Amino acid sequence: MSEHHHDHDHDHEHEHDDRPGEHGAPLTDVQLRVRALESLLVDKGLVDPKALDTLIDTYETKVGPRNGARVVAKAWVDPAFKQRLLTDSTAAIAELGFIGRQGEDMVVLENTPKVHNVVVCTLCSCYPWPVLGLPPVWYKSGPYRARTVIEPRGVLREFGVNLADDVEVRVWDSTAELRYLVLPERPKGSEGMTEDQLAELVTRDAMIGVAQVKAPAR
Amino acid sequence: MNGMHDLGGMHGFGPVNPERDEPVFHHEWERRAFAINLAAGFLGRWNIDMSRFAREHMPPGEYLTTTYYEHWLYGLERLLVQRGLVSARELQTLRAQGPGPLKALGPEDLPKALRNRRAARMEDHLATPRFKAGDRVRTKNLNPTTHTRLPRYARDKVGVIDRDHGVFIFADEHAVSGQKVPQHCYAVRFEGRELWGPDAGPRDAVYVDLFEPYLEPAS
Repeated sequence: MSEHHHDHDHDHEHEHDDRPGEHGAPLTDVQLRVRALESLLVDKGLVDPKALDTLIDTYETKVGPRNGARVVAKAWVDPAFKQRLLTDSTAAIAELGFIGRQGEDMVVLENTPKVHNVVVCTLCSCYPWPVLGLPPVWYKSGPYRARTVIEPRGVLREFGVNLADDVEVRVWDSTAELRYLVLPERPKGSEGMTEDQLAELVTRDAMIGVAQVKAPAR
Repeated sequence: MNGMHDLGGMHGFGPVNPERDEPVFHHEWERRAFAINLAAGFLGRWNIDMSRFAREHMPPGEYLTTTYYEHWLYGLERLLVQRGLVSARELQTLRAQGPGPLKALGPEDLPKALRNRRAARMEDHLATPRFKAGDRVRTKNLNPTTHTRLPRYARDKVGVIDRDHGVFIFADEHAVSGQKVPQHCYAVRFEGRELWGPDAGPRDAVYVDLFEPYLEPAS
Protein backbone atom coordinates (compact mmCIF):
# COMPACT_ATOMS: atom_id res chain seq x y z
CA MET A 1 0.00 0.00 0.00
CA SER A 2 2.74 2.44 0.96
CA GLU A 3 4.99 3.59 -1.85
CA HIS A 4 7.92 2.75 0.39
CA HIS A 5 6.68 -0.78 0.87
CA HIS A 6 9.62 -2.42 -0.85
CA ASP A 7 12.21 -0.27 0.91
CA HIS A 8 11.06 -1.46 4.25
CA ASP A 9 13.27 -3.63 6.31
CA HIS A 10 10.99 -6.50 7.19
CA ASP A 11 12.31 -7.30 10.60
CA HIS A 12 9.98 -9.87 12.08
CA GLU A 13 11.10 -9.09 15.61
CA HIS A 14 9.52 -5.71 15.19
CA GLU A 15 5.73 -5.58 15.14
CA HIS A 16 4.82 -3.12 12.43
CA ASP A 17 1.45 -1.80 11.43
CA ASP A 18 0.13 -3.24 8.20
CA ARG A 19 -2.85 -0.91 7.86
CA PRO A 20 -3.05 1.06 4.65
CA GLY A 21 -1.81 4.59 5.12
CA GLU A 22 -0.30 3.96 8.52
CA HIS A 23 2.54 1.70 7.56
CA GLY A 24 5.22 1.69 10.18
CA ALA A 25 3.16 3.25 12.98
CA PRO A 26 2.93 1.37 16.27
CA LEU A 27 -0.36 -0.50 16.63
CA THR A 28 -0.97 -0.81 20.31
CA ASP A 29 -4.73 -0.20 20.30
CA VAL A 30 -5.73 -3.40 18.52
CA GLN A 31 -3.13 -5.47 20.38
CA LEU A 32 -4.47 -4.23 23.68
CA ARG A 33 -8.06 -4.72 22.61
CA VAL A 34 -7.56 -8.34 21.55
CA ARG A 35 -5.68 -9.11 24.75
CA ALA A 36 -8.41 -7.54 26.89
CA LEU A 37 -11.18 -9.27 24.95
CA GLU A 38 -9.47 -12.64 25.31
CA SER A 39 -9.12 -12.07 29.08
CA LEU A 40 -12.78 -11.14 29.33
CA LEU A 41 -13.87 -14.30 27.51
CA VAL A 42 -11.53 -16.47 29.57
CA ASP A 43 -12.75 -14.89 32.82
CA LYS A 44 -16.33 -15.62 31.80
CA GLY A 45 -15.44 -19.23 31.02
CA LEU A 46 -16.43 -18.82 27.36
CA VAL A 47 -13.06 -19.69 25.84
CA ASP A 48 -10.26 -21.92 27.08
CA PRO A 49 -6.73 -20.55 26.49
CA LYS A 50 -5.41 -24.05 25.84
CA ALA A 51 -8.02 -24.56 23.13
CA LEU A 52 -6.96 -21.26 21.58
CA ASP A 53 -3.35 -22.45 21.45
CA THR A 54 -4.45 -25.70 19.79
CA LEU A 55 -6.50 -23.83 17.18
CA ILE A 56 -3.60 -21.53 16.34
CA ASP A 57 -1.18 -24.46 16.09
CA THR A 58 -3.58 -26.38 13.85
CA TYR A 59 -3.95 -23.60 11.29
CA GLU A 60 -0.42 -22.28 11.53
CA THR A 61 1.51 -25.55 11.29
CA LYS A 62 -0.73 -28.49 10.35
CA VAL A 63 -3.19 -27.32 7.71
CA GLY A 64 -1.78 -25.63 4.63
CA PRO A 65 -1.21 -25.72 0.88
CA ARG A 66 0.98 -28.82 1.09
CA ASN A 67 -2.31 -30.71 1.53
CA GLY A 68 -3.69 -29.33 -1.72
CA ALA A 69 -0.39 -30.10 -3.46
CA ARG A 70 -0.81 -33.78 -2.50
CA VAL A 71 -4.26 -33.78 -4.08
CA VAL A 72 -2.97 -32.22 -7.30
CA ALA A 73 0.05 -34.52 -7.59
CA LYS A 74 -2.10 -37.60 -7.09
CA ALA A 75 -4.51 -36.42 -9.77
CA TRP A 76 -1.58 -35.99 -12.18
CA VAL A 77 -0.34 -39.56 -11.76
CA ASP A 78 -3.59 -41.45 -11.10
CA PRO A 79 -6.26 -41.03 -13.82
CA ALA A 80 -8.92 -42.88 -11.82
CA PHE A 81 -8.35 -40.55 -8.84
CA LYS A 82 -8.47 -37.54 -11.14
CA GLN A 83 -11.81 -38.72 -12.49
CA ARG A 84 -13.20 -39.07 -8.95
CA LEU A 85 -11.72 -35.71 -8.01
CA LEU A 86 -13.52 -33.93 -10.83
CA THR A 87 -16.86 -35.70 -10.30
CA ASP A 88 -17.07 -35.88 -6.49
CA SER A 89 -14.35 -33.55 -5.27
CA THR A 90 -15.19 -33.63 -1.56
CA ALA A 91 -15.08 -37.44 -1.37
CA ALA A 92 -11.89 -37.73 -3.43
CA ILE A 93 -10.09 -35.15 -1.28
CA ALA A 94 -11.31 -36.95 1.85
CA GLU A 95 -9.56 -40.12 0.59
CA LEU A 96 -6.32 -38.30 1.44
CA GLY A 97 -7.67 -37.33 4.84
CA PHE A 98 -8.26 -33.66 4.11
CA ILE A 99 -11.63 -32.79 5.59
CA GLY A 100 -13.04 -30.16 7.87
CA ARG A 101 -14.28 -26.62 8.24
CA GLN A 102 -14.43 -24.54 5.07
CA GLY A 103 -13.90 -27.68 3.00
CA GLU A 104 -17.21 -29.44 3.53
CA ASP A 105 -18.33 -29.02 -0.08
CA MET A 106 -15.42 -28.91 -2.49
CA VAL A 107 -15.40 -28.35 -6.24
CA VAL A 108 -12.22 -28.97 -8.24
CA LEU A 109 -11.74 -27.00 -11.48
CA GLU A 110 -9.41 -28.38 -14.12
CA ASN A 111 -7.18 -25.99 -16.05
CA THR A 112 -6.49 -27.00 -19.64
CA PRO A 113 -4.65 -25.40 -22.58
CA LYS A 114 -7.97 -23.76 -23.54
CA VAL A 115 -9.57 -22.93 -20.15
CA HIS A 116 -7.99 -21.13 -17.21
CA ASN A 117 -9.89 -21.05 -13.90
CA VAL A 118 -9.24 -18.56 -11.10
CA VAL A 119 -10.97 -18.31 -7.72
CA VAL A 120 -11.98 -15.22 -5.74
CA CYS A 121 -14.45 -14.28 -3.00
CA THR A 122 -15.69 -10.77 -3.70
CA LEU A 123 -18.00 -10.59 -0.65
CA CYS A 124 -15.63 -11.82 2.05
CA SER A 125 -12.70 -14.23 1.87
CA CYS A 126 -14.08 -17.74 1.40
CA TYR A 127 -11.21 -20.17 0.90
CA PRO A 128 -10.78 -23.97 1.11
CA TRP A 129 -9.01 -24.26 4.48
CA PRO A 130 -8.42 -28.05 4.63
CA VAL A 131 -6.44 -28.06 1.37
CA LEU A 132 -4.91 -24.56 1.31
CA GLY A 133 -4.83 -23.41 4.94
CA LEU A 134 -5.76 -19.83 5.79
CA PRO A 135 -5.80 -17.33 2.90
CA PRO A 136 -2.90 -14.94 2.25
CA VAL A 137 -3.45 -11.21 2.80
CA TRP A 138 -3.63 -10.42 -0.92
CA TYR A 139 -6.52 -12.86 -1.42
CA LYS A 140 -8.49 -11.01 1.28
CA SER A 141 -7.47 -7.56 0.00
CA GLY A 142 -9.55 -4.93 -1.78
CA PRO A 143 -7.56 -5.01 -5.03
CA TYR A 144 -7.94 -8.76 -5.57
CA ARG A 145 -11.60 -8.93 -4.56
CA ALA A 146 -12.56 -5.85 -6.60
CA ARG A 147 -10.60 -6.48 -9.78
CA THR A 148 -10.56 -10.23 -10.43
CA VAL A 149 -14.17 -10.35 -11.63
CA ILE A 150 -13.93 -7.30 -13.90
CA GLU A 151 -10.38 -7.57 -15.28
CA PRO A 152 -9.14 -11.09 -14.61
CA ARG A 153 -6.45 -11.00 -17.29
CA GLY A 154 -4.96 -7.83 -15.81
CA VAL A 155 -4.80 -9.41 -12.35
CA LEU A 156 -3.31 -12.60 -13.79
CA ARG A 157 -0.66 -10.59 -15.66
CA GLU A 158 0.42 -9.02 -12.37
CA PHE A 159 0.99 -12.54 -11.07
CA GLY A 160 3.04 -13.35 -14.17
CA VAL A 161 0.37 -15.36 -15.99
CA ASN A 162 0.04 -14.18 -19.59
CA LEU A 163 -2.73 -16.03 -21.36
CA ALA A 164 -3.25 -16.14 -25.11
CA ASP A 165 -6.41 -14.43 -26.36
CA ASP A 166 -8.00 -17.75 -27.33
CA VAL A 167 -7.74 -19.12 -23.79
CA GLU A 168 -11.04 -18.76 -21.96
CA VAL A 169 -10.83 -17.30 -18.45
CA ARG A 170 -13.37 -18.53 -15.92
CA VAL A 171 -13.52 -16.59 -12.67
CA TRP A 172 -15.28 -18.41 -9.82
CA ASP A 173 -16.74 -16.07 -7.19
CA SER A 174 -17.21 -18.16 -4.01
CA THR A 175 -20.45 -16.54 -2.95
CA ALA A 176 -22.01 -19.59 -1.25
CA GLU A 177 -20.67 -22.56 0.74
CA LEU A 178 -18.90 -24.33 -2.12
CA ARG A 179 -15.13 -24.11 -1.90
CA TYR A 180 -12.99 -24.23 -5.03
CA LEU A 181 -9.59 -25.73 -5.77
CA VAL A 182 -7.92 -25.31 -9.14
CA LEU A 183 -6.24 -28.39 -10.63
CA PRO A 184 -3.37 -26.78 -12.55
CA GLU A 185 -1.95 -28.19 -15.77
CA ARG A 186 0.89 -30.63 -15.24
CA PRO A 187 4.01 -28.89 -16.54
CA LYS A 188 5.86 -30.13 -19.58
CA GLY A 189 9.18 -31.68 -18.60
CA SER A 190 7.74 -33.33 -15.47
CA GLU A 191 7.03 -36.67 -17.15
CA GLY A 192 9.56 -38.74 -15.23
CA MET A 193 8.79 -37.31 -11.81
CA THR A 194 7.30 -39.20 -8.88
CA GLU A 195 4.14 -38.14 -7.09
CA ASP A 196 6.19 -36.76 -4.18
CA GLN A 197 8.42 -34.78 -6.53
CA LEU A 198 5.38 -33.42 -8.35
CA ALA A 199 3.77 -32.31 -5.09
CA GLU A 200 6.87 -30.20 -4.41
CA LEU A 201 6.25 -28.28 -7.63
CA VAL A 202 2.65 -27.33 -6.84
CA THR A 203 2.22 -23.88 -5.33
CA ARG A 204 -0.65 -22.36 -3.38
CA ASP A 205 -1.05 -19.69 -6.04
CA ALA A 206 -1.45 -22.30 -8.79
CA MET A 207 -4.29 -23.91 -6.81
CA ILE A 208 -6.05 -20.52 -6.51
CA GLY A 209 -5.51 -20.05 -10.25
CA VAL A 210 -3.16 -17.05 -10.22
CA ALA A 211 -0.09 -19.05 -11.24
CA GLN A 212 0.91 -21.93 -13.47
CA VAL A 213 3.08 -24.79 -12.29
CA LYS A 214 6.57 -24.76 -13.73
CA ALA A 215 8.83 -27.75 -14.17
CA PRO A 216 12.19 -27.43 -12.41
CA ALA A 217 15.01 -26.05 -14.51
CA ARG A 218 17.51 -28.77 -15.38
CA MET B 1 -27.01 -5.14 2.57
CA ASN B 2 -25.22 -2.87 0.11
CA GLY B 3 -22.18 -2.67 2.37
CA MET B 4 -18.53 -1.91 1.79
CA HIS B 5 -17.77 -5.63 1.74
CA ASP B 6 -19.37 -6.01 -1.71
CA LEU B 7 -16.25 -5.06 -3.67
CA GLY B 8 -16.61 -6.90 -6.97
CA GLY B 9 -16.00 -4.63 -9.97
CA MET B 10 -14.77 -1.54 -8.09
CA HIS B 11 -11.96 0.56 -9.52
CA GLY B 12 -9.20 2.50 -7.83
CA PHE B 13 -7.65 -0.09 -5.51
CA GLY B 14 -4.35 -0.28 -7.35
CA PRO B 15 -2.27 -3.42 -7.85
CA VAL B 16 -2.57 -6.66 -5.92
CA ASN B 17 0.46 -6.85 -3.66
CA PRO B 18 1.43 -10.45 -2.93
CA GLU B 19 4.01 -10.85 -0.18
CA ARG B 20 6.82 -13.29 -0.81
CA ASP B 21 7.01 -16.15 1.72
CA GLU B 22 4.11 -14.68 3.63
CA PRO B 23 3.64 -16.02 7.17
CA VAL B 24 0.20 -17.39 8.17
CA PHE B 25 -0.08 -14.65 10.80
CA HIS B 26 1.80 -11.34 10.86
CA HIS B 27 1.26 -10.46 14.52
CA GLU B 28 0.56 -12.28 17.74
CA TRP B 29 -2.75 -10.40 18.08
CA GLU B 30 -3.88 -11.87 14.74
CA ARG B 31 -3.33 -15.39 16.09
CA ARG B 32 -5.39 -14.61 19.17
CA ALA B 33 -8.14 -12.78 17.23
CA PHE B 34 -8.45 -15.73 14.84
CA ALA B 35 -8.62 -18.27 17.67
CA ILE B 36 -11.12 -16.42 19.90
CA ASN B 37 -13.38 -16.02 16.86
CA LEU B 38 -13.39 -19.74 16.18
CA ALA B 39 -13.65 -20.73 19.83
CA ALA B 40 -16.55 -18.33 20.48
CA GLY B 41 -18.28 -19.57 17.33
CA PHE B 42 -18.04 -23.15 18.61
CA LEU B 43 -20.40 -22.17 21.45
CA GLY B 44 -23.20 -22.28 18.87
CA ARG B 45 -24.92 -18.99 19.63
CA TRP B 46 -24.58 -17.85 16.02
CA ASN B 47 -23.94 -19.30 12.58
CA ILE B 48 -21.47 -18.41 9.83
CA ASP B 49 -23.99 -16.25 7.98
CA MET B 50 -24.61 -14.22 11.14
CA SER B 51 -20.83 -13.83 11.45
CA ARG B 52 -20.58 -12.47 7.92
CA PHE B 53 -23.57 -10.18 8.43
CA ALA B 54 -22.04 -8.82 11.64
CA ARG B 55 -18.78 -7.94 9.85
CA GLU B 56 -20.71 -6.27 7.03
CA HIS B 57 -21.98 -3.70 9.53
CA MET B 58 -18.55 -2.16 9.91
CA PRO B 59 -18.81 1.47 8.66
CA PRO B 60 -17.41 1.73 5.10
CA GLY B 61 -14.54 4.09 5.93
CA GLU B 62 -13.41 1.85 8.74
CA TYR B 63 -13.78 -1.30 6.64
CA LEU B 64 -11.36 -0.02 4.00
CA THR B 65 -8.71 1.17 6.44
CA THR B 66 -8.55 -1.85 8.71
CA THR B 67 -7.17 -5.33 8.19
CA TYR B 68 -8.96 -8.63 7.85
CA TYR B 69 -8.69 -9.76 11.46
CA GLU B 70 -9.93 -6.34 12.61
CA HIS B 71 -13.08 -7.04 10.57
CA TRP B 72 -13.39 -10.34 12.41
CA LEU B 73 -12.89 -8.61 15.74
CA TYR B 74 -15.58 -6.04 14.95
CA GLY B 75 -18.05 -8.79 14.03
CA LEU B 76 -17.20 -10.86 17.10
CA GLU B 77 -17.73 -7.98 19.53
CA ARG B 78 -21.07 -7.22 17.91
CA LEU B 79 -22.24 -10.85 18.12
CA LEU B 80 -21.03 -11.41 21.68
CA VAL B 81 -23.40 -8.69 22.88
CA GLN B 82 -26.25 -9.34 20.41
CA ARG B 83 -26.33 -13.04 21.18
CA GLY B 84 -26.10 -12.60 24.93
CA LEU B 85 -22.67 -14.03 25.75
CA VAL B 86 -21.29 -10.73 27.03
CA SER B 87 -23.17 -7.67 28.28
CA ALA B 88 -22.77 -4.27 26.62
CA ARG B 89 -21.25 -3.01 29.88
CA GLU B 90 -18.76 -5.86 30.01
CA LEU B 91 -17.67 -5.17 26.43
CA GLN B 92 -17.31 -1.47 27.22
CA THR B 93 -15.25 -2.01 30.37
CA LEU B 94 -13.66 -5.28 29.23
CA ARG B 95 -14.22 -6.63 32.73
CA ALA B 96 -16.24 -9.74 33.53
CA GLN B 97 -19.19 -9.21 35.86
CA GLY B 98 -19.99 -12.90 36.18
CA PRO B 99 -19.67 -16.22 34.41
CA GLY B 100 -20.96 -16.64 30.87
CA PRO B 101 -24.07 -18.70 30.03
CA LEU B 102 -22.10 -21.45 28.26
CA LYS B 103 -18.99 -23.48 28.99
CA ALA B 104 -15.87 -23.16 26.82
CA LEU B 105 -14.76 -26.04 24.62
CA GLY B 106 -11.49 -27.52 25.85
CA PRO B 107 -8.67 -28.78 23.63
CA GLU B 108 -10.16 -32.29 23.89
CA ASP B 109 -13.38 -31.07 22.23
CA LEU B 110 -11.64 -29.54 19.23
CA PRO B 111 -11.06 -32.55 16.95
CA LYS B 112 -14.80 -33.07 16.78
CA ALA B 113 -15.53 -29.35 16.33
CA LEU B 114 -13.01 -29.09 13.50
CA ARG B 115 -14.19 -32.16 11.60
CA ASN B 116 -16.73 -32.19 8.79
CA ARG B 117 -20.05 -30.93 10.05
CA ARG B 118 -22.05 -30.76 6.81
CA ALA B 119 -22.57 -27.23 8.00
CA ALA B 120 -24.47 -25.83 5.04
CA ARG B 121 -25.59 -28.69 2.79
CA MET B 122 -29.08 -30.10 3.34
CA GLU B 123 -30.80 -33.26 2.14
CA ASP B 124 -31.63 -33.23 -1.58
CA HIS B 125 -35.27 -34.21 -1.06
CA LEU B 126 -35.98 -31.04 0.93
CA ALA B 127 -36.34 -28.86 -2.18
CA THR B 128 -37.31 -29.44 -5.80
CA PRO B 129 -35.04 -27.61 -8.24
CA ARG B 130 -36.68 -24.99 -10.41
CA PHE B 131 -33.72 -24.87 -12.83
CA LYS B 132 -31.32 -27.30 -14.46
CA ALA B 133 -27.95 -27.03 -16.19
CA GLY B 134 -28.27 -25.09 -19.45
CA ASP B 135 -31.29 -23.00 -18.38
CA ARG B 136 -31.06 -19.27 -19.01
CA VAL B 137 -31.83 -17.24 -15.92
CA ARG B 138 -32.04 -13.59 -14.94
CA THR B 139 -30.96 -12.51 -11.48
CA LYS B 140 -33.44 -10.36 -9.64
CA ASN B 141 -32.78 -6.74 -8.82
CA LEU B 142 -32.71 -7.10 -5.04
CA ASN B 143 -31.32 -4.62 -2.52
CA PRO B 144 -32.14 -6.00 0.91
CA THR B 145 -30.87 -4.12 3.96
CA THR B 146 -30.14 -7.55 5.46
CA HIS B 147 -27.54 -10.15 4.50
CA THR B 148 -27.42 -11.46 0.94
CA ARG B 149 -24.97 -13.45 -1.15
CA LEU B 150 -26.10 -11.92 -4.43
CA PRO B 151 -23.32 -9.42 -5.21
CA ARG B 152 -24.30 -6.06 -6.67
CA TYR B 153 -22.42 -6.65 -9.91
CA ALA B 154 -24.53 -9.76 -10.62
CA ARG B 155 -27.99 -8.24 -10.09
CA ASP B 156 -30.46 -8.00 -12.97
CA LYS B 157 -28.10 -9.92 -15.27
CA VAL B 158 -28.71 -12.84 -17.60
CA GLY B 159 -26.67 -16.01 -17.19
CA VAL B 160 -26.81 -19.74 -17.76
CA ILE B 161 -27.03 -22.41 -15.09
CA ASP B 162 -23.71 -24.27 -15.22
CA ARG B 163 -24.58 -26.82 -12.54
CA ASP B 164 -26.93 -27.45 -9.66
CA HIS B 165 -24.82 -27.80 -6.51
CA GLY B 166 -27.73 -29.29 -4.57
CA VAL B 167 -29.65 -28.04 -1.55
CA PHE B 168 -28.09 -25.65 0.94
CA ILE B 169 -29.19 -23.52 3.86
CA PHE B 170 -30.41 -20.21 2.39
CA ALA B 171 -27.84 -17.74 3.72
CA ASP B 172 -30.09 -14.67 3.61
CA GLU B 173 -32.63 -16.14 6.03
CA HIS B 174 -30.04 -17.97 8.13
CA ALA B 175 -28.18 -14.71 8.84
CA VAL B 176 -31.29 -13.05 10.21
CA SER B 177 -33.42 -15.68 11.97
CA GLY B 178 -31.14 -18.71 12.15
CA GLN B 179 -33.78 -20.76 10.33
CA LYS B 180 -32.45 -23.39 7.97
CA VAL B 181 -34.52 -22.85 4.83
CA PRO B 182 -33.55 -25.38 2.12
CA GLN B 183 -32.84 -23.86 -1.30
CA HIS B 184 -31.05 -25.10 -4.38
CA CYS B 185 -27.75 -23.36 -5.02
CA TYR B 186 -26.51 -23.11 -8.61
CA ALA B 187 -23.27 -22.09 -10.28
CA VAL B 188 -24.46 -19.50 -12.79
CA ARG B 189 -22.21 -18.50 -15.67
CA PHE B 190 -22.24 -14.86 -16.78
CA GLU B 191 -20.37 -13.69 -19.84
CA GLY B 192 -17.99 -10.85 -19.06
CA ARG B 193 -19.80 -8.54 -21.50
CA GLU B 194 -23.15 -9.18 -19.84
CA LEU B 195 -21.69 -8.01 -16.51
CA TRP B 196 -19.32 -5.26 -17.62
CA GLY B 197 -20.28 -4.17 -21.11
CA PRO B 198 -18.30 -4.00 -24.35
CA ASP B 199 -14.90 -3.41 -22.72
CA ALA B 200 -14.91 -6.85 -21.08
CA GLY B 201 -12.83 -9.61 -22.64
CA PRO B 202 -14.81 -11.66 -25.17
CA ARG B 203 -13.55 -14.89 -23.64
CA ASP B 204 -13.96 -13.98 -19.98
CA ALA B 205 -16.77 -15.42 -17.87
CA VAL B 206 -17.67 -15.18 -14.18
CA TYR B 207 -19.33 -18.05 -12.33
CA VAL B 208 -21.32 -17.04 -9.26
CA ASP B 209 -22.92 -19.46 -6.77
CA LEU B 210 -26.49 -18.27 -6.39
CA PHE B 211 -29.47 -19.44 -4.37
CA GLU B 212 -32.69 -20.16 -6.24
CA PRO B 213 -34.68 -17.23 -4.76
CA TYR B 214 -32.27 -14.83 -6.53
CA LEU B 215 -33.19 -16.23 -9.95
CA GLU B 216 -36.05 -16.16 -12.42
CA PRO B 217 -36.32 -17.75 -15.88
CA ALA B 218 -34.95 -15.62 -18.74
CA SER B 219 -36.63 -15.79 -22.09
